Amino acid sequence: MSIVIYIAVMAGVTYLIRMIPFTAFRKQIKSRFFRSFLYYVPYAVLSAMTVPAIFYSTGNLTTAVIGTAVAIILAYFDMPLIVVALSACAAALAAGFLIR
Amino acid sequence: MTVISAKSPFARGLVDGIPIALGYLSVSFGLGIITVRSGLTPLTAVIISATNLTSAGQAAGIAIIAAGGSYIEMALTQLVINLRYGLMGLSLSQKLDDTFNTPRRLLVSFGITDEIFAVASAQKGKITARYMYGMILIAAFGWSLGTFLGAAAGQLLPTSLSNAMGIMLYAMFVAIVIPPAKKSRSVLAVAVTAALCSLIFKYVLTAVSGGFAIIISAVLAATVGALVFPVADDDKEDAAS
Repeated sequence: MSIVIYIAVMAGVTYLIRMIPFTAFRKQIKSRFFRSFLYYVPYAVLSAMTVPAIFYSTGNLTTAVIGTAVAIILAYFDMPLIVVALSACAAALAAGFLIR
Repeated sequence: MTVISAKSPFARGLVDGIPIALGYLSVSFGLGIITVRSGLTPLTAVIISATNLTSAGQAAGIAIIAAGGSYIEMALTQLVINLRYGLMGLSLSQKLDDTFNTPRRLLVSFGITDEIFAVASAQKGKITARYMYGMILIAAFGWSLGTFLGAAAGQLLPTSLSNAMGIMLYAMFVAIVIPPAKKSRSVLAVAVTAALCSLIFKYVLTAVSGGFAIIISAVLAATVGALVFPVADDDKEDAAS
């Protein structure tokens, strides 16, 4: 098994998935159902990726829940992405020290 | 100076890409640590990041390389985990301005990620290739640089810190979904549906692999959303803005 082929397969497949629909679709989609579907896709994908994975993301359920709570609260108050991400990390880190 | 840069789409893309790049810097730092722990060199880690630009796909791919999996398994795993980019590309293809020709589409499609998609689709009106170049360039730079730093210096970090850093990617996703979910009940309903489906796959229908679980949950939730809350025709609004 060659590392070069692994990377080529990985990058090639990933690029084709991105490229084909983005390049092939030229017309505005008329179907209201399909346009609605595409509008909801990003939220559905991100939500499915985050729950429940976020609770396993720190290797400890308690620190992950505390980090998640901080992320939800800050996101609710429209904080920038980077602020939410760093604060969740800091909260999980602090919780890790406290519960030890 | 600021007036000029505010008008250039490329500069606007760069500026809008800065928070993404900073987020990526820290998330890919963790990925760099994982890559080196899996027995790959820092150079390989950076090459993988620069050619793939996908967090979940890379994490899965590195695990396959470390386990000596087959090329078919690699291809299928990437297909399933990254299929969402195809849906995002389709969604984004509806927002491109008229100058977005095939070479530009071929270039920009490389940079369709969750965050770039989220920021690009939140733009009012049509988007230009130059705007996308700016955003993708700085985001890809942050992603690759963070991977390098994590791969080169990650072992120096205490475990408590590298563990806590694992939450950053997901916290960023939370920050993308919550604000629109707060304003729109339909987005909230779709996000909650997707999360519930994902929970069912994780704890009940455990035979379904992680990548497929995400795809099925997302397609199901977006379909329910489209049936129950069809979006209004906003073409005129787009043209005006």
